[in-house]
Amino acid sequence: MYSYSEFDEQFVRERVSQFRAQVERRIDGSLTEDEFKPLRLMNGLYLQLHAYMLRVAIPYGTLNPHQMRQLAMIAEKWDKGYGHFTTRQNIQYNWPKLKDVPDILDALADVEMHAIQTSGNTIRNVTADHFAGAAADEIADPRPVAELLRQWSTDHPEFQFLPRKFKIAITGSPNDRAVTKAHDIGLRMVRNDAGDEGFEVIVGGGLGRTPMIGKVVREFLPKADLLPYVEAIVSVWNLLGRRDNKYKARIKITVHEHGIDEIRRLVEERFEEIRPQFSGVDQELLAGLEQAFAAPDLQEASLAAFESAYTNDAMFRAFADTNVVDHKVPGYGIVSISLKAHGATPGDASADQMRVMADLAERYGHSELRISHEQNVILPHVHKSDIPAVHAALKEAGLATANIGLISDIIACPGMDYCALATARSIPIAQEIATRIDELKIEHEVGHMKIKISGCINACGHHHVGHIGILGLDRAGVENYQITLGGDGTETASIGERAGPGFPAEEVVPAIERIIKAYLDVREGEDETFLMAYRRLGPAPFKAALYPESKEQADAA
Amino acid sequence: MPRKFTPKVVTANSLIEGDAVWLTADDRWSPDMAEAQLIEDEELAQERLAHATAQPDQVVGAYLADAVAGDNGPVPTHFREAFRTRGPSNYDHGKQTAV
Repeated sequence: MYSYSEFDEQFVRERVSQFRAQVERRIDGSLTEDEFKPLRLMNGLYLQLHAYMLRVAIPYGTLNPHQMRQLAMIAEKWDKGYGHFTTRQNIQYNWPKLKDVPDILDALADVEMHAIQTSGNTIRNVTADHFAGAAADEIADPRPVAELLRQWSTDHPEFQFLPRKFKIAITGSPNDRAVTKAHDIGLRMVRNDAGDEGFEVIVGGGLGRTPMIGKVVREFLPKADLLPYVEAIVSVWNLLGRRDNKYKARIKITVHEHGIDEIRRLVEERFEEIRPQFSGVDQELLAGLEQAFAAPDLQEASLAAFESAYTNDAMFRAFADTNVVDHKVPGYGIVSISLKAHGATPGDASADQMRVMADLAERYGHSELRISHEQNVILPHVHKSDIPAVHAALKEAGLATANIGLISDIIACPGMDYCALATARSIPIAQEIATRIDELKIEHEVGHMKIKISGCINACGHHHVGHIGILGLDRAGVENYQITLGGDGTETASIGERAGPGFPAEEVVPAIERIIKAYLDVREGEDETFLMAYRRLGPAPFKAALYPESKEQADAA
Repeated sequence: MPRKFTPKVVTANSLIEGDAVWLTADDRWSPDMAEAQLIEDEELAQERLAHATAQPDQVVGAYLADAVAGDNGPVPTHFREAFRTRGPSNYDHGKQTAV
């Protein structure tokens, strides 16, 4: 993992000290709220429905046990004993008091963490494949590049007041676990015909009010050119982006309005201009970062303990089949810890659970943890012989739910339970769906299915790329939920299509149940996932299940 | 035609805690909406809002929210404001802990 340099340490400490003075001045009345608001947002501090919310960056979702324990300590000391992991691989605290925030930021700085650029019209936390450095299908670990992008973008003077926020995701694998096509810039590591590493650069993806799948602006960008090329893209958008209308300010609209060919021309032109300014220091830095992210020393060991547990313990077998995938090193597994126990709040972990995960990472996982954009926690390097012990400890902590990639592994934004922007709640809908699915005991039979829920059109719950997406809205003072079908956030990305009129809250779970049952009726065997069935058949059978009255009316006509 | 004025309360978030609070008739900021002043006159509503926004040392983001008279004081008419009176659905971490 990357460790802070002296410069990083000083930079973060100075920033905390600066913010401490700003908070004091706000409290003593020297700063108005209008003056203070942009300053607090630059440090990740929002004011939400019931309290302040502090969003802490977890760069590319990577944590060490020491950091996880500090997050637990913060949750206990200054919050209400839990934290919420988000789709940007961040953690959010929902209840800090304004006067305590500088102390929290100091505690974060103690473990090389911060909340800078987790808000505002800047380049946000760079996200990455949560299996980075461990995935069997990986070309290379994308995290050194993500760290390079973090260092380049943090407090970049040209990019502190962009037209809107800007999000970058990166994957080193052809199987896209980072939703790269729904980001302002998506970077997919590829090799060219000569075998050189480089990137396919995707631009102009995004969800929200106007969901769009990103377009390829460069099919192969040599690795050495990444930083100037990304800088060229942001620079072009910084000039062209619409500052007259915040709803049209994201780069996806710029690409849409100017066309990808014109954007490509402008980016390439700008790239040629700025390329000479990158003297190679970035590549020296990158080489150092690649050393910092060197793979742990993974030793061979007997698989007997794993095989015995797999044969004799049905609960462990379900966990291993669902929550463990093969590591690039034979004998090792990547363990996903679900923060989606049936009926729980997606993405929440208590301080005790954070400590359990930190202990397990330290004891069995080469001291590495990852936060996934799907709001789960990953132990990326665990020998299979240790997985039974990991599973036993997780079970005791209420963290052993075997549902990764299944129906109840739902992404849900905080919704109107916490968020000031939301138009309806997300969490209770996720809780009710997961509880109902658990009652029906059909989750494993149904198999791979992604449900994603957002509490407003900003789509923090990624509902547009859910196989089943749910969008909460306010319809004449009542919570109402629209359903979209056929979304996909992977390398075969697509935006879900709206199925029809929305449902009141109490009708959402039965509606989802009808879609699932319709899928089980129409699928061509267990290997055909919901998404495959949807792509083969189109929306008709699922719409008919969702709106049986319409079908009856059509049949009668 | 101008919209008919509907009764309002003045609400905001407290500066230090971030907590939802309501302006009372005797100029306090109460964490309990039932103590809020229910304002039935538009001109008075604007006056009370101006009074609230002139207290940046105590509250943030004051606004007028729709309300109606309940058995024990004003109650919200919209679900968003109802959530602000009690806290989130998933934990008893908000005002519901005090109930």
